[in-house]
Amino acid sequence: MSGDGTGENASSTPENDGQQFDRLPATADERVVPGRPSRQEVVSWWAERYEISPETWDGHTFWEKGNGKLWAFAADTVSPTDVEGLGMRILRARQEHWKPSTNAVQRFGREATKNVVVLDVDEATRFAKGEDQELPRWDGDWGYVIAAHEIAGDSEASETPRATGEAGDVEPIGVGLYLHGELRSTVPKGRREDLS
Amino acid sequence: MQPLERYASLLSDFDAFRAACDRPLPSVVRVNTLKASVERAREALDAEGVAYEVTDWHPGVLRLDERGPGTSWPYFHGWLHGQEEVSALPALALDPQPGEVVWDACAAPGSKTSQIADLMDDTGLLVGNDNNLGRLSALRHNAERLGVTNLAVTNQDARNFSLKPFGDRTEQPERIEAFDRALVDAPCSCEGTIRKNPDALDRWSLEHIKGIVGIQKGILRRAIQATRPGGTVVYSTCTFAPEENEAVLDHVLREEDCEIRPWEPPEGFETDPGVTEWKGEEYDPSVQLAHRVYPHRNDTGGFFCARLEVMT
Ligand SMILES: C[S@@+](CC[C@H](N)C(=O)[O-])C[C@H]1O[C@@H](n2cnc3c(N)ncnc32)[C@H](O)[C@@H]1O
Repeated sequence: MSGDGTGENASSTPENDGQQFDRLPATADERVVPGRPSRQEVVSWWAERYEISPETWDGHTFWEKGNGKLWAFAADTVSPTDVEGLGMRILRARQEHWKPSTNAVQRFGREATKNVVVLDVDEATRFAKGEDQELPRWDGDWGYVIAAHEIAGDSEASETPRATGEAGDVEPIGVGLYLHGELRSTVPKGRREDLS
Repeated sequence: MQPLERYASLLSDFDAFRAACDRPLPSVVRVNTLKASVERAREALDAEGVAYEVTDWHPGVLRLDERGPGTSWPYFHGWLHGQEEVSALPALALDPQPGEVVWDACAAPGSKTSQIADLMDDTGLLVGNDNNLGRLSALRHNAERLGVTNLAVTNQDARNFSLKPFGDRTEQPERIEAFDRALVDAPCSCEGTIRKNPDALDRWSLEHIKGIVGIQKGILRRAIQATRPGGTVVYSTCTFAPEENEAVLDHVLREEDCEIRPWEPPEGFETDPGVTEWKGEEYDPSVQLAHRVYPHRNDTGGFFCARLEVMT
């Protein structure tokens, strides 16, 4: 992490300041801070990896605080801003494999149609506990996948359109890391539950 | 339970009040409609065999028969939030609208903040503030679990809250100079939480109340100043003490340009009017428009809630 916490960076190359929120540049052409992902890159990443349509993000602005920690905010505000939180932390970038957050996947992952691993009751329970498990049947991409399951509750009858869960009708549980036939649960400690 | 004896003069059915204060509270959850409809959440609970009873005043507030909400799938998905029943009241009084700019001055750990975000449809801008950094992490955790994305979290003393992080006094187009609505869910002596924490009154003293009243007045005044003319400010506490309730309103009515407005809780929820006299003090008659919630009326915790309008 770098930065002086003031947002006034005197050096010729602007750096990422880990203490404040900076709005992401719209496109790579507008990038000023080296290494900072653009909004377009973030939207494309979700679309390519999970087929979450770019319009999903129309109502959100994107921000970086800390090294590569990206946030989605349902409003806009001045940039930079020195606050403790701005919307939801959705993604860890500035590393080879970008990693989505559990909360982002629960909120926005219903739309995903690619790299969604649907778990049965026992597998889902293990996943929510934070356990890793053998899952040889998966033949999608390796890397970070959305773990989902079927959950009771007739989504058709739902009165809230955004809560219908129409896309495939499975509910995302969290983010799994799929490698060598094994599905690792990345559910953070504070979110793990024993649901057996 | 010595301190509660003070309220014998306010209640003709004081024995029922005292008996209710001795009963433990049921475990209650609120459905978070940002992530699931009320029907869907209920069906999922039914499918898991979690028994509950719908409160007769709010279809999304459910009293669980037994275990807490932490162990069910709908909870894991952020469809439910454990929240005391009576604590759902102030957000309803605030009545925030989608797209507005709203301030929750004392927000942590975020039960009411997340309910406000839900009522705003997760649009507009919601500022959740608390001066306690440790409690702010709980606020952030809860809000993110519930899928809230319109929340900016700040760590300031609400008594002199500054809108500077939002571009106040700049020319930036996104700047915010005033709120449409503000909630002051003030720190208080917590007498009304006695059913949840039987030791809530162990450290009760009039001295402590006197100290906290100054903070309450300071925060409520700042909320009125930071809200635009015509905007709404809600003041709430979880205590019965008139010193922390009606007296704080009376003070603010005199010091700031605001008025108390009538507001009715949902049908089926019974409240008592604010008191205009206490220990030789007289308060502005409009404090009667505030709502006192006594535990024996709706089988909840104790509470106080008033809705004010900011004048020009
Ligand atoms: C009744 S609790 C708020 C509960 C919260 N509204 C909820 O529903 O989850 C009162 C809060 O006020 C905070 N507080 C106390 N003094 C404060 C001040 N001067 N400025 C801002 N917050 C303060 C405390 O840290 C505490 O979290």
